Amino acid sequence: MGDGGRLIGALALLLLCQLAGEIAVRAAGLPLPGPVLGMVLLFGILLARGGEPPAALASVADGLLRNLGLLFVPAGVGVIVHLGVLAEAIVPLALAVSIGTLAAIAVTGRLMQALLGRAGGERR
Amino acid sequence: MREGEGLAALWVYLSADPLAALAATLLAWLAGLRVHAAARGNPIVNPVLVAVLLIVAVLLAAGVPYAEYFAGAQFVHFLLGPATVALALPLYRHWALVRGSAVAILVSLAAGSAFAVASAVALGVAFGAPLSVIASLAPKSVTTPVAMGVAEEIGGLPGLTAAIVILSGIVGASFGTLTLNLARVRDWRARGVAMGTAAHGIGTARALAVNETAGAFSGLAMGLNALATALALPLVWRLFASW
Repeated sequence: MGDGGRLIGALALLLLCQLAGEIAVRAAGLPLPGPVLGMVLLFGILLARGGEPPAALASVADGLLRNLGLLFVPAGVGVIVHLGVLAEAIVPLALAVSIGTLAAIAVTGRLMQALLGRAGGERR
Repeated sequence: MREGEGLAALWVYLSADPLAALAATLLAWLAGLRVHAAARGNPIVNPVLVAVLLIVAVLLAAGVPYAEYFAGAQFVHFLLGPATVALALPLYRHWALVRGSAVAILVSLAAGSAFAVASAVALGVAFGAPLSVIASLAPKSVTTPVAMGVAEEIGGLPGLTAAIVILSGIVGASFGTLTLNLARVRDWRARGVAMGTAAHGIGTARALAVNETAGAFSGLAMGLNALATALALPLVWRLFASW
């Protein structure tokens, strides 16, 4: 199999993990998105396999993740559909989205760092 | 007359074919990256935000409805699924580090997840938002599909929730770095967990762009928060509503 074949194989593996995740989520009624379960599945495969991940899989995965932001653009543009509803409750929405989110980042980060410090050693 | 017909036919072709929306999305993203780089990587000039604003401006100027744009752009949107699966790779590469701090991750995730919900609900109540808006705000830090499902279950509006989730992610990605610096959170593991817990995939995209360890922890926190919120929020909400 050439390099092209390996790349397609890697893409197929990502899609198959997602597909298995979607099926399992629906069959078992799990409160998770299929792709998140697919991530767990692929992680399990890598762990069971051990060693370095296959180079083709690494290059497809890293290529997608390097442009992860791009993949949120179509959904992000969808905010314009809801501008009317957003404007109706603009003050609580703006405060919850901005202050709520940033406070959650600060609280979670501080707590995690404190717990890591107690567990011993600064590993940066 | 014939020229007008030609233009109309061209317009019909462009709006029915995914090509224009796809090309516009990729070009807007490249422009977002350029602007981000020109601002010397300042996180406030977030490439997702720049790209979204550019496309919104074009759609409004050309009078193209969102549904028509999305019919083409959905091919980019589709890749979110395999990209989420791909987060297994950074997680695998940093597994030793993750396993070594498992307790810290779980405790901070549970606390951060509860704090994200509680602060959103408290601000909503304090500023007199209607109950349906408060219910749409509650799951705002969780990845979109889970947030929409949870919001629907507790009486929120799924569409509004999607918009709130995206905006929260953009705020987190744009101002999270500054917030973590001000809070003097220097450990990459802690920075990643904070981003993934409060700002889901968009925060994870930012974390990955800065540091792979932070990205691995952020992707993990995003997945765990989806699970925690989906399981706990509807139950807690019912207690809160009956009380």
